[in-house]
Amino acid sequence: MEADARSDLAAWRAEVPALALRVRGQRLAYLDNAATTLMAQPVIDAVARVATHLPGNVHRGVHALAEAADAAFEGARATIARHLGARPDEVVLTSGTTAAINLVAHAWGRANLGPGDAVVVSALEHHANLVPWQAVCAERGATLRIAPIDDAGRIDLAALDALLDARVKLIAVAHLSNVVGTIAPIAAIAARAHAVGARLLVDGAQALPHLAIDVAALGCDFYACSGHKAYGPTGTGALWGRAELLAAMPPWQHGGEMVAAVEATRARYREAPARFEAGTPNICGVIGLAAALDHAAARDRAAVAAHEARLHARLRRDLAATPGVRVLGEPEAAVVAFTVAGVHPHDVATIVDQEGVCVRSGLHCAEPLHARLGVDASVRASLAYYNDDADVDALLAGLARVREVFA
Amino acid sequence: MSDALALYQATIVDHDRHPRNHGPLAGADRAATVDNPLCGDVVTIELRVDAGVVAAAAWTGRGCALARAAGSMLTVALAGLDATAAHARLDALEALVCAAPDAPVPDGLGELAAFAGVRRFASRRGCVLIAVRAARACLSG
Repeated sequence: MEADARSDLAAWRAEVPALALRVRGQRLAYLDNAATTLMAQPVIDAVARVATHLPGNVHRGVHALAEAADAAFEGARATIARHLGARPDEVVLTSGTTAAINLVAHAWGRANLGPGDAVVVSALEHHANLVPWQAVCAERGATLRIAPIDDAGRIDLAALDALLDARVKLIAVAHLSNVVGTIAPIAAIAARAHAVGARLLVDGAQALPHLAIDVAALGCDFYACSGHKAYGPTGTGALWGRAELLAAMPPWQHGGEMVAAVEATRARYREAPARFEAGTPNICGVIGLAAALDHAAARDRAAVAAHEARLHARLRRDLAATPGVRVLGEPEAAVVAFTVAGVHPHDVATIVDQEGVCVRSGLHCAEPLHARLGVDASVRASLAYYNDDADVDALLAGLARVREVFA
Repeated sequence: MSDALALYQATIVDHDRHPRNHGPLAGADRAATVDNPLCGDVVTIELRVDAGVVAAAAWTGRGCALARAAGSMLTVALAGLDATAAHARLDALEALVCAAPDAPVPDGLGELAAFAGVRRFASRRGCVLIAVRAARACLSG
């Protein structure tokens, strides 16, 4: 590793206090970033500043603290929008990707899906981008079609083409797979969707922390993402939607903040995005998410990309070379899922945990994908910008321990 | 001994690698299946009960080493017991894996005492309890 890259990494790591935690008496090797990421001190400070100095609620008071909270919250929305390449009035703040997708499934789906219509999802989707479509299709009498993947874990575009016709109203796909780590060709899928008059929703939960996101360049119609997977707080996220689509969608949840006028027996609703933000939002969290995205943008993006690519390539190569290990698909970024011959993923995860290594085991909320790949479950190691070679070394040492226990 | 080695005692690894009473049970008169939808593990226990006593027990399923070993070891432990003694054995195993990490291991558990290491791994209790619940449902069925 070059000296510059080493000093960048050391500086990045020094800002993340959780990396100093001792786990089971060992140095922490946090390789579960696809589940949730660790916050840097400036992000934690931003959240603490809200709790300390900005205690007001948003969108309802005229006193000084309410005004200050309003300004900070709407400023955070503008920041989040800027990092997505979007306009602030096209960004709905949600509790995460799951809520963002459910919002589209319920608000857009109820207005736009009917008997005979179809929704297409891929075979690699997280349950959050599958189950809401199952539910809304069942409710609306629509059909759910599954676009197959190849053995590498990539969406088969020719097979997708064969599923598309005028009945398809929406395609929903993950930008970056949370299991096989493949990157979907969003622009190509968007062109196919629009050619048949369908909309494209992208699940960006895993992509936001690793890829530069520009919703205009991607050509999609909805983009859903989470804060806590992008080095921000839990309970935060966003839905970007094209203004004309949001404007035509009925509300999903009802209550305070989303109404323009309320009489005893009826109400008039506000414009988007407020129409989709009933109730008091996660003010601390949203401001923390904006701080996290600003903090990420302030890092040298080329250095981060080069570091993540090198470490991911090493992780994938060394796992593939480990006796008994099968890497699932052909991961392109951030994530490597694998199995160990004859040892259940939970047993692998418990043993490497003794070496201070945090990995995910099980189905990673993607049961149909595991069935497609012919495995009951898997182990997943997932990277962030602050991971280093010692983290990968610790995982490999842990896997040697697995072989000893189950010799 | 590390916690991981305490968890994966030789007895448990042996039952995982060489499960006893594994496969369908000829003449079974009761069966129960319990799964864990979070991880996809599933254990089926089958029993043949003669005059109120477990005459034979077998298991099938898929899962981690703890789930498999629990299925295997329970079929051994329950054979020859009447319903009261069998329930008591299942209750004792559940109490063992749910106990505080440093609680004393009760006498009389026999081979099942190997699961004492699970006390340090709260997230892995459920792996053992799949087989316990299947066996309990079977005895009650």
